[in-house]
Amino acid sequence: MLLSVENLRVSYGEIKALHGISFQIDKGEIVCVIGANGAGKSTTLQAISRLIPVEPGSRMTYEGKSLLDYSADKVVSQLGISHVPEGRRLFGNLTVMENLRLATFARKDGADIERDVGRVFSIFPRLEERKTQKAGTLSGGEQQMLAVGRAFMSGRELMLLDEPSMGLAPLLMLSVFDALKEINDQEGTTILLVEQNARMALKFAQRGYVLESGSLVLEGDSEELLANPEVKKAYLGG
Amino acid sequence: MIFFQNLVNALQLGSFYALIALGYSMVYGVLMLFNFAHGDVFMVGAYIGFLVSTGLLTLANLGAVALPTWLILALTIILAMFLTSFVGMLVERVGYRPLRGAPRASAAISGLMIGIFLETFVLWLGGPKRRSFPALIESTTYELGGVIVTNKKIVIVLVSMLLMLALHLFVRRTKWGMAMRAMAYDYVVVPLMGVPLNTIAALTFGLGSALAAAAGVFFGIAYPVLDPYMGIRYGWKAFVAAILGGRGSVLGAALAGFMLGFIEIFVAWIFPSTWRDLIAYSIILLILTLRPHGFFGEPYSAQLRL
Repeated sequence: MLLSVENLRVSYGEIKALHGISFQIDKGEIVCVIGANGAGKSTTLQAISRLIPVEPGSRMTYEGKSLLDYSADKVVSQLGISHVPEGRRLFGNLTVMENLRLATFARKDGADIERDVGRVFSIFPRLEERKTQKAGTLSGGEQQMLAVGRAFMSGRELMLLDEPSMGLAPLLMLSVFDALKEINDQEGTTILLVEQNARMALKFAQRGYVLESGSLVLEGDSEELLANPEVKKAYLGG
Repeated sequence: MIFFQNLVNALQLGSFYALIALGYSMVYGVLMLFNFAHGDVFMVGAYIGFLVSTGLLTLANLGAVALPTWLILALTIILAMFLTSFVGMLVERVGYRPLRGAPRASAAISGLMIGIFLETFVLWLGGPKRRSFPALIESTTYELGGVIVTNKKIVIVLVSMLLMLALHLFVRRTKWGMAMRAMAYDYVVVPLMGVPLNTIAALTFGLGSALAAAAGVFFGIAYPVLDPYMGIRYGWKAFVAAILGGRGSVLGAALAGFMLGFIEIFVAWIFPSTWRDLIAYSIILLILTLRPHGFFGEPYSAQLRL
């Protein structure tokens, strides 16, 4: 087991966002969490990344180490857990290359950094063409590619992806998911994905969880969930 | 000729304002707060420069070490910048970091309190009497076509510009500068890049304070009298320059600093000098009325342009 989350609870003031959810991910897996807007999907990823505080009693362990002992930047730099945030959140004032470089801020393996830049450019050739351009001038698809590439540079043991399909045309969406698959295959990167686009997510992932109003209500293999009548009704449009 | 004479004086005064304004602007750009203690950090920098230079001169006079004056000058600038950067980092650690996420007025009040603390601390330590800054540059006067230029002014203006260039290169070319620019753009996701926010915050305060210390030493060399309240007088004016340049704009802060120097000097040339601030700051008020976000700032945006 690579990541284990137990009884994860998060509140925003009086509002409870997560009511004690538990799930596990094994090394090399692709797992998705599907759910409606406001179900707590982004909150789950932000808690793992330590961007937001969790309630006492929550446990999150990664390779046996408690994530609660790490600050947000150390989760990335020491554990190799990267996070593609919702809406990409690129640094629009920096160039494509600078966005990739910044993600290696704490890395000291110079030669490997060069290799990884090469890997990102071989997965997304469009980024190499645009490497001196400001990230703010990229198209939506290119921005998502850069967001994935940037996460790959910062850490590729476990990649957390928040709605990578958002705002992308179907064809672009497919190419982003193909690239993620390639990263998972060739680098052994474990992927945890949260998505509103349940069909896309379940086709891509091996397993899935369904999150509803801060609680996990269903889990199973992707085929099972795709065939589940409740999931069909609520998330797959009948 | 008087015009050129004033130009030289304006460049020197503008150097002080620009160096101090950069600190305000960087901190605002990266952390979205006005460091109201920054003027007093400039004052502390001047006093540290005073202590360092006096100490080194004493050593040299005792014959303990052979120190030529130019080396004492260089060491004074470097050590004052280095030591004052720690004062700035301490201000961040004690005065601002615990208040992150608190209402912004709290940080402003905290900054003002730290400013008062620094003033009274220097007052307590050094007494109310004004201190004469040792003459680190033996004055030589050159006359160029009727314009009188001292070697002090040349050194001050040149080194100030070099420091600004160095800051520009640091922000543009290093990974720390890149992290500062990223933080100015989107604070929240910077840790996801493996960048420790607190380190970059401290660095920003440290850099700004080091530049203020350089301004303090140059101030001591130019008008060789220091007092614990000099930080308020010059700090607030530099703050005006930072606003005029556009909040968060480093280039703007530098240019507006020089512009402020020009306006002050040229107003004093035309009008009685007691009217100087009244007229100079009326002009600036007028500019800000016409351009509320300054020269390089963006309306309703707090993003740093470096």
